[in-house]
Amino acid sequence: MSSVENLTGHGTAVHINTEHGHHEHHHHETFITKYVFSQDHKMISKQFLITGIIWAIVGGMFSVIFRLQLGYPNETFPFLEDLLGHWAKGGKLQPEFYYALVTMHGTILVFFVLTAGLSGTFANFLIPLQIGARDMASPFLNMLSYWFFFMASIVMASSLFVQTGPASGGWTIYPPLSALGDASMGSKIGMDLWLTAMSLFVISSLLGGLNYISTILNLRTKGMSMTRLPLTIWSLFFTAVLGVLSFPVLLSGCILLLFDRNLGTSFYLSDIVVQGTKILPNEGGSAILFQHLFWFLGHPEVYIILLPAMGMSSEILSVNSRKPIFGYMAMVGSLFAIAILAFLVWAHHMFVTGLNPLLGGFFVLLTLLIAVPSAIKVFNWLTTLWRGNIRFTPAMLFAIGFVSLFISGGLTGIFLGNSALDIHLHDTYFVVAHFHIVMGVASFFGMFAGVYHWFPKMYGRYLNNTMGYIHFWVTIIGAYLIFWPMHYEGLAGMPRRYYDYSIWESFKNFGGLNQFISFIAMIVFATQLLFVFNFLYSIFKGRKVTTLNPWGSNTLEWTTPIRPGHGNWPGEIPEVHRGAYDYAKDGREFIPQDEPVGENESHH
Amino acid sequence: MKDLLFVAIVIMFFVIIFQIAKASEYVSILKGEDKARKQNNKINAFFLVGFLVFGLIGVYWCHELYYGKTLFPQGSASAEGKDIDMMFKMTTLVTGVVFVITQVLLFYFGYRYQEKDDRKAYYFPHNNKLELLWTTVPAIFLTVLVVFGLKFWFKMTGDPIVKDKPLVTVEVTGHQFAWEFRYPGHDNVFGRKNFHLTSSKNSLGVDFDGDSAAARDDIHVTGEMHIPVNHPVKLVIGAQDVIHDVGLSHFRMKMDAVPGIPTTMWFTPIVTTEEMKKRTGNPNFVYELSCDQMCGAGHFSMRAIIVVETDDEYNKWLATKKPEYESFRPSAKKDSVTVKVDSAVKPMTASLIKN
Repeated sequence: MSSVENLTGHGTAVHINTEHGHHEHHHHETFITKYVFSQDHKMISKQFLITGIIWAIVGGMFSVIFRLQLGYPNETFPFLEDLLGHWAKGGKLQPEFYYALVTMHGTILVFFVLTAGLSGTFANFLIPLQIGARDMASPFLNMLSYWFFFMASIVMASSLFVQTGPASGGWTIYPPLSALGDASMGSKIGMDLWLTAMSLFVISSLLGGLNYISTILNLRTKGMSMTRLPLTIWSLFFTAVLGVLSFPVLLSGCILLLFDRNLGTSFYLSDIVVQGTKILPNEGGSAILFQHLFWFLGHPEVYIILLPAMGMSSEILSVNSRKPIFGYMAMVGSLFAIAILAFLVWAHHMFVTGLNPLLGGFFVLLTLLIAVPSAIKVFNWLTTLWRGNIRFTPAMLFAIGFVSLFISGGLTGIFLGNSALDIHLHDTYFVVAHFHIVMGVASFFGMFAGVYHWFPKMYGRYLNNTMGYIHFWVTIIGAYLIFWPMHYEGLAGMPRRYYDYSIWESFKNFGGLNQFISFIAMIVFATQLLFVFNFLYSIFKGRKVTTLNPWGSNTLEWTTPIRPGHGNWPGEIPEVHRGAYDYAKDGREFIPQDEPVGENESHH
Repeated sequence: MKDLLFVAIVIMFFVIIFQIAKASEYVSILKGEDKARKQNNKINAFFLVGFLVFGLIGVYWCHELYYGKTLFPQGSASAEGKDIDMMFKMTTLVTGVVFVITQVLLFYFGYRYQEKDDRKAYYFPHNNKLELLWTTVPAIFLTVLVVFGLKFWFKMTGDPIVKDKPLVTVEVTGHQFAWEFRYPGHDNVFGRKNFHLTSSKNSLGVDFDGDSAAARDDIHVTGEMHIPVNHPVKLVIGAQDVIHDVGLSHFRMKMDAVPGIPTTMWFTPIVTTEEMKKRTGNPNFVYELSCDQMCGAGHFSMRAIIVVETDDEYNKWLATKKPEYESFRPSAKKDSVTVKVDSAVKPMTASLIKN
């Protein structure tokens, strides 16, 4: 499998494909080239997935630990001291480390799990399989993308073990807090490691994203026009475009921050007196500049996380309703609209920074505009279910759960996007509830849907259904129990990122609720471990897949062998004759994309 | 020991679930996979509608339990906050209707159109009229919300509206992890600051020498801000070290405190602390200023109290405060004699309140 061929052989897709067909059986693989430095997109996707799962366990564990503090602020937990040493002296989490946990929970889940673990996994896995390509445009860059992610993971993980602790200024790392070691323990070496790790992460993301884009644009099989692409591919395409255009801005922001921290520049610093008397020489910088740079990535990032989940849910809802996705073009159009708007709304995170009110007005307008394509998507999903013949596989349940959570969390966005209301709700638990539902849990549901749906293609075995159903029901009930009441805490003005509320007359009366939330969070976390167990067990011992197309799906990945080798199709790549959603058409349950259009087939 | 026991119980629980899961897989093979699948389908379809019903009951119940603990029953403590509460109600109404309709349809469709042997899915790939409908209807409702939202937003972020009572200006400065307040004194003008002048005595870095007249009557208070009821209050906000945020949830107001970039915010308190004590039935009630922007290890404890009181009480309180200049530089007393005498003898000056 050589990348050169792919990159130079632009002539026609078929030409490339046949050439690859010849090369298929020629290469010998060692353990290292097959499992470690693999250039096979399927193996790389599994590497992303498993690394993502490990990070998800770590990030989830952190939330359980800091929820212990929030739920049981007056109790001590001796095992925490065993686990964390001086960060939990006497079994009581120290405030500094509480903030470090909160920060790392956010960083890990947003970037390492829901960006790398989600789009890294499914972009790698599905793009070549669903567009009919042997591999990515550049398998080598694809491999590098994973290994940069791996290096980023190592650096980020190492920051957990330094003496002064990891970054602790929140996942948004606003300077000056993140720039001044004197202002916070977490802003010492831990912050440098955070910035280094994120820089590596951006490189990984760019290598991956450019590859996804060029693969989708150039390596589609014969007949696979852009409008015949499954919605998964469209969503992964827009995700990659968002990443390529916005991640470099984060990189620049991080580098300027590194300069401010280590080289004495003043990009973000001005008029600062630390600890009462330590006067810094920096003048002329703007702390707000960083927020603009950060959110120029940070907001598209939300959609980088959400779009793949939307795409996969669309596909899974259609397959399991045995019905075409309703309004394919509207679905593509709304993805496009969301991708464009994603770049034009970043300052809605900054309504209370002293932003020019007129500018704020434009951002309100553009932000609430996103609700229109979102509404189109929701109604189209609902119509897809309408008069279907629905199979409730675990994947389908997670896709339905995704829609439910996307509605719940999306609607609270209409509160927060309206600047006047945001003044009151900004940085309260209302925000925490909003983004956990819409971006956190919903995207996780999309990811779970994808894992349950494509696991048979990944490993040639099924996940255990019973554990899948338990996983789904506990998770959706738990997620609502955790995050729904949080809105009320926010409406009471309760600020987020507080270690202890007991000194506050206004916020201390939610003790019982906080305890309840912490308790549910632990149960939900344990249930995720059940999923991880199911995942690992099923790789080796799961029920074997015996049919090529177990879900009766139209897309190309199900035309490959049950366990496809490197190159995906042993013979020629199938030619595509129709869109991906010909379900229930002309009285047939489904018509795969590679089936030629019949003479008497109806037109729509 | 207790921890170990706990871990053991959790592991046992896992093993049991795992055994059940494995057994059910064998049973499904024995029964015939298709039959088992259909059974699962029925159960899950039933669960979906159950989830919907219990979920909606739960939403209602949650509201009953916690609405009383939010800030809405006591009402906004500022005139401007009433607009925000009204905006909140409008948005809740619109989104609430959408929420119920869409969630009911989602789970009901799931239940209603579950797989049946005699059912065939309906081929329905698109319909322009429907799509146009649910593009325009949300757009119209959103336009209404945007129009009202922006109207309130521009009102709140515009210049303070001064009607019958004069504007009161207070400077708020945040640092790790406390709040400082400065009142402009008789002349109603703040003395200029220069952060290079900051010292343990002159903690705000006020330039007493260069800009003496305006600076020397400024009053510096820590931890507690007093403001008179029904006067528009303008806060000039800054920070010394990192970004903080002046969070006034009872007044529905919030503004970041950014080092190097002063920000402002204004509101009109309409309920005194004493009245609010009665209204909430909580004798310990105080208006609290919370830091709402992550600012370091002590972020959660960065608190100040705001006392809203009548003009008389406010004047009385202000009269007890001496300009900062006197307290930290006794040798300079002579220079400020006039100011001091003035404030001692005649407290009702420009910065104080006359009705």
